[in-house]
Amino acid sequence: MEAFTTHTGRAVPLRRSDVDTDQIIPSDWLKRIERTGFGAGLFSEWRADPGFVLNDPAYAGATILLAGPDFGTGSSREHAVWALQDHGFKAVISARFADIFRGNALGNGLLPVELPAGTVEALTDRVEADPTVEITVDLDRREVRAPGLVAGFDIDDFTRWRLMEGLDDVGLTMRQQEAIAAFETTRPAWLPTTR
Amino acid sequence: MGRTLTEKVWDAHVVRRVDDEPDLLYIDLHLVHEVTSPQAFEALRLAGRPLRRPDLTIATEDHNVPTTDTLLPIADPVSAAQVEALRKNCADFGVRLHPMNDPGQGIVHVVGPQLGLTQPGMTIVCGDSHTSTHGAFGALAFGIGTSQVEHVLATQTLPQRPPKTMAVTVDGPLPAGVTAKDLILAIIARIGTGGGQGHVIEYRGEAVRALSMEGRMTVCNMSIEAGARAGMVAPDDMTFAHLRGRPHAPAGADWDAAVAYWRTLVTDDDAVFDREVVLDAAGLSPFVTWGTNPGQGAPLSSRVPDPADYADPAARASVERALAYMALTPGTPLRDVPVDTVFIGSCTNGRIEDLRAAADILRGRRIAGGLRVLVVPGSMTVKADAEAEGLDEVFRAAGAEWRSAGCSMCLGMNPDTLRPGERSASTSNRNFEGRQGPGGRTHLVSPAVAAATAVTGRLTAPADL
Repeated sequence: MEAFTTHTGRAVPLRRSDVDTDQIIPSDWLKRIERTGFGAGLFSEWRADPGFVLNDPAYAGATILLAGPDFGTGSSREHAVWALQDHGFKAVISARFADIFRGNALGNGLLPVELPAGTVEALTDRVEADPTVEITVDLDRREVRAPGLVAGFDIDDFTRWRLMEGLDDVGLTMRQQEAIAAFETTRPAWLPTTR
Repeated sequence: MGRTLTEKVWDAHVVRRVDDEPDLLYIDLHLVHEVTSPQAFEALRLAGRPLRRPDLTIATEDHNVPTTDTLLPIADPVSAAQVEALRKNCADFGVRLHPMNDPGQGIVHVVGPQLGLTQPGMTIVCGDSHTSTHGAFGALAFGIGTSQVEHVLATQTLPQRPPKTMAVTVDGPLPAGVTAKDLILAIIARIGTGGGQGHVIEYRGEAVRALSMEGRMTVCNMSIEAGARAGMVAPDDMTFAHLRGRPHAPAGADWDAAVAYWRTLVTDDDAVFDREVVLDAAGLSPFVTWGTNPGQGAPLSSRVPDPADYADPAARASVERALAYMALTPGTPLRDVPVDTVFIGSCTNGRIEDLRAAADILRGRRIAGGLRVLVVPGSMTVKADAEAEGLDEVFRAAGAEWRSAGCSMCLGMNPDTLRPGERSASTSNRNFEGRQGPGGRTHLVSPAVAAATAVTGRLTAPADL
């Protein structure tokens, strides 16, 4: 996983709430068995509309997605995160994220930044008024900065450390094999197996 | 202080707890299907890691499988390759697999309970958000992404922050004609698609206690549509009776020991939930969705809402957008909305009780002219059970199509899809834009409403027939 410390880039304003993972990456794309190449499917139904904000050349190359509340609801598909990253996004800013999406994003180094709805709105207004505005997402200092705006965000120490080091969970947990084996000896014998 | 059901199950599975870090949680059962697992198995291969507990892992083919002509090869080469990848991965890593045409095949969340693998107090995960279904047994069951699938394959654990707890209490008995699906749709409309975020919901109260195990599964299944991490119902005698004698249920002295433990899995009287919501069952009636997220629903007896009635500009914009996509006019009685297609099935409503409810409406009736009605059992076992009762004959006689098991029209990953502009009444769980096929429009309903709708061709409650 690529480490995340701080990122500065332009942002795309997506003024929609309840952006579900079926919209982020439609299910037809889920048939693929690879982990890469999902960028072309990102918001593919909405991108069929020439007026969709991701088709606006003014926002080409933007690396931060500004979205309405309840981003990433629905299916557990991690392909949604892979698609956003493959398209070039490094962070998503929203007032609220669905739990599974948030976990998937944190597992891949795509930073989900939760800010109050009013702050997301203020950032969205700015980016709509001037697409060249740059936003900085600073994980080290746990804050988002834009011209005339500084907003702190919450993230727990452990997750922040893991992201800044670029460590994935599997590697960390593999160090706990003894504890796992010890726990297994305490499990009741009547628990089912699939054998 | 006492503990909630959720906290009891959580605490019993903590392998390691360290300040500031997520708890390391042991996983008792890992359900696997073809869509969210190939990249996880590939990561194990690349890292040279074994699967830690193949004996706590089981796989089935569900999302991609066709529900007709299942003896032929899968026509879509991409779908076929994904199913083939699952078969190879299961063979290489020693995972029990129920492939297409196997009598045990079916939707992953139907297969676990019918085998008796889903038991009270267990932790269950799957790379699928509707894993919450298994919470109906008092298990803590939640959906995970592919990186977490890899994590469980490698370690049989997951690092997780403890959830917050929410009680949803439904007081009083459900009125006649109101089903588990109507209840959960009403709950989601009440608390919203993000209302359960960060929480595990425990469903409580007289109406929940009175639900069958199938009904409890329907309710817990859609917890994710309220944004919750999981849903649970405390196990009781009905749970134990449902489990007893199933292939993987404990037997003999083990059964007694298990039941003694399971009886402790109730929320203590002095336990405190982080949030509590109370509904009065008496106010409920058959419920349908009119919009493009599961929170956008209303009683079938009401009308399509008017965006002008929403004070919040963001909510108004969301309703306007949903009505435009759904091609609905504000003020239209929902009973006047015509459909092209009826889908009865899915992990929400593809169990035997759901098929019986639909068959009871369709027995001796014909579906409306020009309508396409798909009845898709949730598993091959459900299919066999339904055929033993003659339900397949009821559906065929009414003019419906009787299919083989799979996710089918719940999502557009197999040949069963809506065409652009088509409108369905569907017993599935999501009415997102394009969920059942690009451009398709979905109204979520109960099996009874789906069957009544099949008769008239318009959204209809059984009492309206």
